Amino acid sequence: MTVMAQRELESTEVTGTSFVTATRLVAEREVRTFLRMKGFWVGLAVLVVGLFALAVLPTVFGGDQPAVVTVGSAADAVDGADLDARSAPDVAAAERMVRAEDVEAAIVPDGDGVRVIALNDPPTDVVAALTTAPPVDLLDPSDVGQGPRQLVIMVFSLVFLMFGMGGMAIAQSTVTEKQTRIVEILVSTVPVRALLAGKIAGHALLTLGQVVVLAVAAPIAMRVGGQSELLAVMAPALGWFVPFLVLGFVLLAAMWGVAGSLVSRQEDLGSSIGVVMMLVMGPYFLVMFLADNAGVMTVLSYVPFSAAIAMPVRMCSGAAQVWEPLVSLGILAGTVVLVLLLSSRLYSGSLLRTGGKVKLSAAWGRGD
Amino acid sequence: MLSIKGISRSFGATRVLDEVSFDVRPGRMTGFLGANGSGKTTTMRIILGVLAAQGGAVTWRGTPVTQSVRQRFGYMPEERGLYPKMKVGEQVAWLGELHGLTRTRARRETGRLLEQLELADRAEDKLEELSLGNQQRAQVAAALVHDPDVLILDEPFSGLDPIAVDTVLGVLRERAAKGVPVLFSSHQLAVVERLCDDLVIISGGVIAAAGGRDELRAKHGPPRFELVVDSDAGWLRDHPGIRVVDVDGPRGVFDLAGRGDQDVLREALRRGDVRSFTPVVPSLDAIFKEVIR
Repeated sequence: MTVMAQRELESTEVTGTSFVTATRLVAEREVRTFLRMKGFWVGLAVLVVGLFALAVLPTVFGGDQPAVVTVGSAADAVDGADLDARSAPDVAAAERMVRAEDVEAAIVPDGDGVRVIALNDPPTDVVAALTTAPPVDLLDPSDVGQGPRQLVIMVFSLVFLMFGMGGMAIAQSTVTEKQTRIVEILVSTVPVRALLAGKIAGHALLTLGQVVVLAVAAPIAMRVGGQSELLAVMAPALGWFVPFLVLGFVLLAAMWGVAGSLVSRQEDLGSSIGVVMMLVMGPYFLVMFLADNAGVMTVLSYVPFSAAIAMPVRMCSGAAQVWEPLVSLGILAGTVVLVLLLSSRLYSGSLLRTGGKVKLSAAWGRGD
Repeated sequence: MLSIKGISRSFGATRVLDEVSFDVRPGRMTGFLGANGSGKTTTMRIILGVLAAQGGAVTWRGTPVTQSVRQRFGYMPEERGLYPKMKVGEQVAWLGELHGLTRTRARRETGRLLEQLELADRAEDKLEELSLGNQQRAQVAAALVHDPDVLILDEPFSGLDPIAVDTVLGVLRERAAKGVPVLFSSHQLAVVERLCDDLVIISGGVIAAAGGRDELRAKHGPPRFELVVDSDAGWLRDHPGIRVVDVDGPRGVFDLAGRGDQDVLREALRRGDVRSFTPVVPSLDAIFKEVIR
């Protein structure tokens, strides 16, 4: 290579860092830092193990003998089966007992064999206890049973809570940069917005990666746990949960970033993250406790901060129309854009202010 | 040339910088001198865009300094800071990339620079595992990795042991020799005296003096002479037009009020033999005290 060619090569090697490149570099660093942390992998492992435990354990520890009621000759079918069997004079009486939830299911004669009657869901434990696999009639079928529905709510909201709180890493990373003063070097090199964008992108990517792992692990876990029916109902909701979770995360991530930029020391972080924590925890508790209130859930499924949990849960229980998640996702996306704009201004306004906690109004102003 | 033109800055009601103007010439080590709180750091932060000026401008090669221009600057902030938990080599290379180097080049430059700063064997260690002196070297590497067009260093030598000062100085001189303007602040006069080609002295947010070091020496501080004769030099005390600083047997040091140095010499020769008659170049300390008075 001639000297000139070498020079040319050298000069093309120094290119200005564009906004996109800067964002990518910042994101890369955040991701790399996290992937090297033991805590990150432990957390993910705990999540996956927990998921399997939730899916498998109910089958393993079936609890007490399920109570059933038999009518006439059907009593033979439960002979020797691991069931707490009572008897009823006729089918109507047996159905009344099922409706009153005195028993889990009724086993009634049906031609040569028997038939199982249950209230909302196929009683898998009862069916499993019988030697044959009789047809199941449901008196009041639901899309998803109460037990599984609770499970879905719990899993969705817990996962959202964990990732939402995981966004705190953005606040911590921001404070670290302020505290160590490397922020001066960063700010003198790349646009402040690229710093925030990179952090959000990096952590959103990390979250997405974990969600994908969970989304893959969840069906496997449910199959292992013999919850295939539940899986069939949950699959679409699970599919919706992913975009909701990612957008929801970005929304919170921007706010975590601002929370971090307002203080100068890790010790002071507590004073600025309260609001964000409330926005993460609030929806979690609301959905957990008000899941049975259809009206509240409908509202929650459109509020950007709770939509990520409430809408998939509603879809899962068949309470939402097909268009509803699209609208809610649209509202969420719009909010994300708005919050990103506000946050980047606040972030820029407060990142270089050290000392005490920066007031939001001061961060917003461009006086300094 | 990096030009600072009339920049002003207030924090609340306090005016920290008042119409500060000076140049940092290519290939020169420019010492930025001032007492604590005189505005050195504020000026540097404004040059780097970390702080906004409330008036005036900073230009590089005649055009205003923008983000993309600034990306080619190297900066060592007063308060040191890199990522404590990131490996030294990786960190320096990453900053190189952030400044626009390709990954390959950033790695190559990092290796070379750490070698030069005698830090190569610590490249795989986390920053927080390094001694303070070595962290300081890493900070220098971070400021230099992208082969900057301009170097702005806030107190680069504070916290360094004498050997490290020489190492860092060697690296900085090499950059200056390549034509890079180097601006470094210090409140350690002796260090600046030894290192700088040009000098900018700031006091209370106002530039008190600026120019070549020797120029300033000639201009500021009273003309001082040292006379060594064969006999006693006590007669200097009675000689008109001078102020005696010190007389010790045959040796006397005096400041001249006017231009009468040759008169003093003639008088000395009349009295006997003269062993030496030398102008004493004022120390930076003297210049500093004089200009900020």
